[in-house]
Amino acid sequence: MDHRGLRLDGVRIALGPRVLIDISRAVAPGEVLTIMGPSGSGKSTLLAYVGGFLDRAFTASGRVFAGDLDLTALPPQERRVGILFQDPLLFPHMSVAGNLLFAIPQSLKGRAARESLAEEALAGVDLAGMAARDPDTLSGGQKARVALARVLVSGPRALLLDEPFSKLDADLRLQMRRLVFSKARDSGLPVILVTHDQADAEAAGGAIVRIGG
Amino acid sequence: MLPRLGPPAAILLLSGPILAGLAGTILPAFGYLPALGGQDLSLEPLRRLAAAPGIAGSTMLSFQAGLASAVLSLGVVMLLVAAWAGTPAFSRVQHLISPLLSVPHAAAAFGFAFLIAPSGLVARLLSPEITGWQRPPDLLIVNDPMGLSLIAGLVVKEIPFLLLVTLAALPQVPLARTRELAASLGYGRIAGFFCCLWPPLYRQIRLPVFAVIAFASSVVDVAIILGPSTPPTLAVRVIGWMNDPELSMRFLASAGALLQLGITAAAILAWLVLERLGAIVLQTLSIHGLRLRRDGALRMLALALTLAGALAVFVGLAGLALWSVAGLWQFPDALPRGVSLKTWVATAPRVAEPLATTLVAGLVSTAAALVLTLLCLMREDETGRRPRRAAALIYLPLIVPQAAFLFGLHLLFLLGGVDASLWALVLVHLVFVMPYVFLSLSDPWRAFDRRYEAIAAGLGKSRLETLWRVRLPMLARPVLTACAVGFAVSVGLYLPTVLIGAGRLTTITTEAVALASGGNRRVIGVYAFLQMLLPLAGFAVATVVPALLFRRFRAMRV
Repeated sequence: MDHRGLRLDGVRIALGPRVLIDISRAVAPGEVLTIMGPSGSGKSTLLAYVGGFLDRAFTASGRVFAGDLDLTALPPQERRVGILFQDPLLFPHMSVAGNLLFAIPQSLKGRAARESLAEEALAGVDLAGMAARDPDTLSGGQKARVALARVLVSGPRALLLDEPFSKLDADLRLQMRRLVFSKARDSGLPVILVTHDQADAEAAGGAIVRIGG
Repeated sequence: MLPRLGPPAAILLLSGPILAGLAGTILPAFGYLPALGGQDLSLEPLRRLAAAPGIAGSTMLSFQAGLASAVLSLGVVMLLVAAWAGTPAFSRVQHLISPLLSVPHAAAAFGFAFLIAPSGLVARLLSPEITGWQRPPDLLIVNDPMGLSLIAGLVVKEIPFLLLVTLAALPQVPLARTRELAASLGYGRIAGFFCCLWPPLYRQIRLPVFAVIAFASSVVDVAIILGPSTPPTLAVRVIGWMNDPELSMRFLASAGALLQLGITAAAILAWLVLERLGAIVLQTLSIHGLRLRRDGALRMLALALTLAGALAVFVGLAGLALWSVAGLWQFPDALPRGVSLKTWVATAPRVAEPLATTLVAGLVSTAAALVLTLLCLMREDETGRRPRRAAALIYLPLIVPQAAFLFGLHLLFLLGGVDASLWALVLVHLVFVMPYVFLSLSDPWRAFDRRYEAIAAGLGKSRLETLWRVRLPMLARPVLTACAVGFAVSVGLYLPTVLIGAGRLTTITTEAVALASGGNRRVIGVYAFLQMLLPLAGFAVATVVPALLFRRFRAMRV
């Protein structure tokens, strides 16, 4: 078994008597597991459970492993599972570079090294030279790419995607999908994608689990 | 871990002093105060209170002031919101009025007094051309025996308060759609609003209305400045007894404070009856389908009343500022002959110490209130629950009349030997500052998009780091505004400062009110001007600092 894959082991999430999700699956590095379901089906709760911020209204059980590491035993900030929402949610009080520097792990020492990693990551999403910009002045597509670069530089163990393309218009959506999945593959990240868009699921190319109806 | 301690600490700090204070008031009111020789429970203090000359008049005045100021200020706010909410004119009025909230009551009262007094600005502007007065007429306008100027002074200050709490509740009702619906059924703006929107809106602002009644029926500083003196309102008399060198008067004072509690309760009960009557009237109107289609005149009246109230405060404050730099200013000259800084220079040495106390008490109590508020709100995030009963507790210090528990608390501090200590002062200020800081920060805090926290956690950031580097900076503006509100409240506190400071710790506010009877308008002008300047400075900081810190970031602008 690969040490860096993600494994859902009997994960079961319920709201009162209603079971929303009951799943056991392994996601290999670079692979995408797609959870599909209509809105309100509770598919995002799976991501919240993996990330460690499930609302207390839900009852959940089961374990999530990254390789041999039991993530469910860790507090959210030690799980290091990066998440992308449908909004880019860039920190509005930091520059583009500031957003990335905030994300780079503390283990990378030295201002120059950190800054050059940030610059490199921006170049990797075709945003070279944008470091000093105010995130609010970027276009929607640029913001989405900064958000992607931000999560990648944090060195996550896995990537969680919560309908990350749904607010982009058709052209951008295509580009963004390609970019996100190729980056995840290159970095060998296991990915869980939650969506209600069939095209997302097809582009992801991995296993598809349908829930809620 | 720490947030867990927030709610219990807040509850203890808010209700502890109030409950202990009430006990310290009630026991001596029944003759029990061993330190002063009161060993047995008796009705003697209450009997003495009943026999005090003019006590019925004082009681009536307090009751009247509480009820009348609530009826009038809510009436104006109600009409204004019904007639204008959702229009551009309304948001302009809102911007004009919100700064008034930060003006301490005493400063506004002084300004109002300087405005309406027989030798005040209004009389000067009208004289001698219109009135023919060459000297100030011998009229008792300020301090009138009916307490009318007291009520008017309270109303102009409570209108901004009630307007702002109404504004805070307004987004929770579907204003625009309901207005369209009511209009399509042929209702005038005001009638439509009252029938469809007022009941749910009023439910949201009920506690603040009670707070107005409690405040107005027990206020001391405004009553000293504007209220009648023969006899004065109950709260003013009680503080006189409390400060009497004859220690046995403390029993009488406690009995009076107990009566104050009763008066405020009675005023609130009377209000509940008025609420019922109002509901019946409203129901009758809507059953009969009264449309009040041509309400133009009423709409203008609502606007005129609000603006007149705001203008009275603004012009009054300008008058204060002018007096503080006035040279010779004879009646009926509308303006002083010359301006000079003489009064400021002469007063400056005496101002330093009270100013320092004001700043320390304000800053420390505000900082403590902010920490407590943040802990409570973080705990709320953790549990996902918003405890309703605890929320009502937040209002407790605003609804229990200050006089009723502060006398007891003062007595306890006195017996414990901690009166007139800065810590006791800060603690008491905290009791009053905390509710305002909590109320002004809780909505923006809850409106924060918590996915930002999920992202930060996913990036490996601890909760503390996320708080410090993401949530607090993003909420810098509301956090600082809440602090400015808290600081303004602390600066304006009169009775808590006078009692717990025991005359040895003085602030700008207590000094200003102490000058009221002397009538030196120039010196009063200096103190009252400082009193209004301090909160203003707080709000300026709350506006400028985030603007400077985040000047590079467009989304951080308002």
